[in-house]
Amino acid sequence: MPSDLDRRPDPTLLLKVIEAQDEQLQHERLKVFLGYASGVGKSFRMLDEGRRRRARGQDVVIGATQEGICGELLQLAQTLEIIPLKKIGDGEAMDVEAILRRHPQVCLVDGVAYSNPPGSKNPHRWQDVEDLLAAGIVVITSLNLQHIEELRADVERITGKQVTATVPSRFLYGANEIVIVDVPPELLLERAGQASGDPSHRDNTPRLSELRELALLLAAEVVDKQLEEYLHAHGISQLWGTQERILVCLTPGANAQAMMASGRRNADRFHGELFSVYVRSEHLSEKDEALLREQLERARQIGAQTEVLDGDDPIETLMDFARSHRITQIFAGHSSRDHWWDRFLGGPLDRLIRAAEGIDVRIFPH
Amino acid sequence: MDNANTKRGRLKVYLGYAAGVGKTYQMLADAHELVRKGIDVVVGYLEPHGRKDTIAQSQGLELVPRCKMEYRGSVFEEMDMPAILARRPEVCVVDELPHTNVPGCRHLKRWENVLELLEAGIDVMTTMNIQHLESLNDQVWNMTGVRVRETIPDWVMKQADEVVMVDLTPRALLNRLERGVVYPPDKAQHALQNFFKESTLVALREIAMRQTAHEVEIRHVVLPEPVREAPDSAPETASQDLPAPAPAPLNDRILLYVTEHPSTAMLIRRGRRVADYLQAECLAVFVHSEPEFGSLPPDKREAVERHLTFARNLHIETRVLQGEDITRTLLDFARLHSITQMFIVRPQYSPWEGFLGRNPIHRIVRHARDMQLTIVAERHADNRA
Repeated sequence: MPSDLDRRPDPTLLLKVIEAQDEQLQHERLKVFLGYASGVGKSFRMLDEGRRRRARGQDVVIGATQEGICGELLQLAQTLEIIPLKKIGDGEAMDVEAILRRHPQVCLVDGVAYSNPPGSKNPHRWQDVEDLLAAGIVVITSLNLQHIEELRADVERITGKQVTATVPSRFLYGANEIVIVDVPPELLLERAGQASGDPSHRDNTPRLSELRELALLLAAEVVDKQLEEYLHAHGISQLWGTQERILVCLTPGANAQAMMASGRRNADRFHGELFSVYVRSEHLSEKDEALLREQLERARQIGAQTEVLDGDDPIETLMDFARSHRITQIFAGHSSRDHWWDRFLGGPLDRLIRAAEGIDVRIFPH
Repeated sequence: MDNANTKRGRLKVYLGYAAGVGKTYQMLADAHELVRKGIDVVVGYLEPHGRKDTIAQSQGLELVPRCKMEYRGSVFEEMDMPAILARRPEVCVVDELPHTNVPGCRHLKRWENVLELLEAGIDVMTTMNIQHLESLNDQVWNMTGVRVRETIPDWVMKQADEVVMVDLTPRALLNRLERGVVYPPDKAQHALQNFFKESTLVALREIAMRQTAHEVEIRHVVLPEPVREAPDSAPETASQDLPAPAPAPLNDRILLYVTEHPSTAMLIRRGRRVADYLQAECLAVFVHSEPEFGSLPPDKREAVERHLTFARNLHIETRVLQGEDITRTLLDFARLHSITQMFIVRPQYSPWEGFLGRNPIHRIVRHARDMQLTIVAERHADNRA
């Protein structure tokens, strides 16, 4: 073990590592540390990453820190080059021009949800970040879940507080790296100086936990999109089931209400996605199709992603949809009445089960 | 012993998605914070894998020396349970929860050591990766081609008072691996070929995030009450020759239909996972038509017994039923127990006909008029070149 630790770096290996780093910097753009509340340690992680990158020879500057940082954070920030904020009227904004002139490889930007004072080039700091990215500078930033525009309603419901400064979620989805900074609420409250016996401690824990869950799920969504892109780019058509995706197949006579209610509840419990489709084919009477259309509309109203599929072979059409949407569970109806869909042996349902490789099939009797 | 009056210890799990994301480092940093607050912390077991940062981080913490165990001529080091229990710290750090102990230790698995420490009133901080969770075993096999042998039953994870995710981006992790931070070079090469493919890491990471969200939800978030679902069968289609179904329960009740089929283990894992997410009750049932269980052919009996034991290890109640008509016996039992959903193994198909004759699935489908039937997907190891 000691020989492993004391090993001197091999110069050719070192060179290779630096080359690999430069190569990697080329592909990097935006990295976001996401946390569910202030005090989880996002800024620390961001500054610490800046310090480590500096130690590895990257050119790192700080473009903006949070207001009034002190202690450990301030110490850490002071180990790096800081480009001071620019005074604009009564306020301050990140000095984008100065950073662009200095043109570092990596720029750290804290408080990305801040709004700039009137008279600034961009109304919001996240737009300043986009300018830096456009100039080829890698940006590392930290973001509090509460500042994401699309989650505003959820966050306000949970916290009861109005959120002002926001960042659109596409900013987050545009990041090529996202890191979740996860800390149990208890520790967070303790750091904020609340003893565990404190009554407000008990009140705050469920609320913070709800935010924490939301942050983890949001990060999972971003990662899922990355996975999808990766698999697509590499031509991998594997069903990995990282997220539950439920497909409700509407057919004439099926108990659509029960299937949709169950689909909704299952998707909610798994924090998964819900889809609903029917296949338009020559087997369908006009009356049946009108009914299916109506059911599909109700599915849409409860948040399912809906689609009418066209294809000569209903099972193949369904399976194509299921595979391209990475479905993990198919819900289908079945009755013993002698409907084309319902003849079991050798019938469509039998064929569906056979074709649904890697996918659970749940049959709802009707 | 004073066990009767001791308060059970608290368990905190640091969850990661691969070796090298920094679980142990984070756990040790938190241990230092506890020591600074005056809490009595010892390290019961640490596996630094020669990582410089981790070794540095363990400096200044009290280490309970490992005990040496001899097995088949080799000496192994394990955590020293008697020494830790005698030392009685407030908090004990135990790295790598899924570890299997060397034969001769008081427990087969390290998680059993941890449960004993908790029973003795000692708080435990521990680490594990998501791929070691039992109910994800098939999915991980499917993604990586690796059958993880050291698993943690989901109910053990549920014992944790807190689960924290330790996150690092896959690219940063791969960088670490290439710089030789995680493993020595020979081992790193091997690792790069299975778990450390970028796509696999991204997928495992997503699963770890979702699992942590789930762990947070079941512990701290108040969920809305379940709502009664619309009845599955319209009254006019209810079959006359079957007993009337019990009133539909609010929560799902899941029956796992156990057979000798090798995919039954998969069925049990999947059923366990779905039941946990739906907060449903779960029951595993085997049905035979022999005069008694013992009259089954030995290989069939062994397979079924293995599956039932597996289910019980995952804290699933099991039943063995006997009846002339297997399907009828199964469905009558299901109705009596207000089962809402039955899980069955995907039938075997032969290329030239429908279902192989012996599988009763089509009879079940035809007669299960009042419950949902889930045909569980068979997962295979991913064979990407």
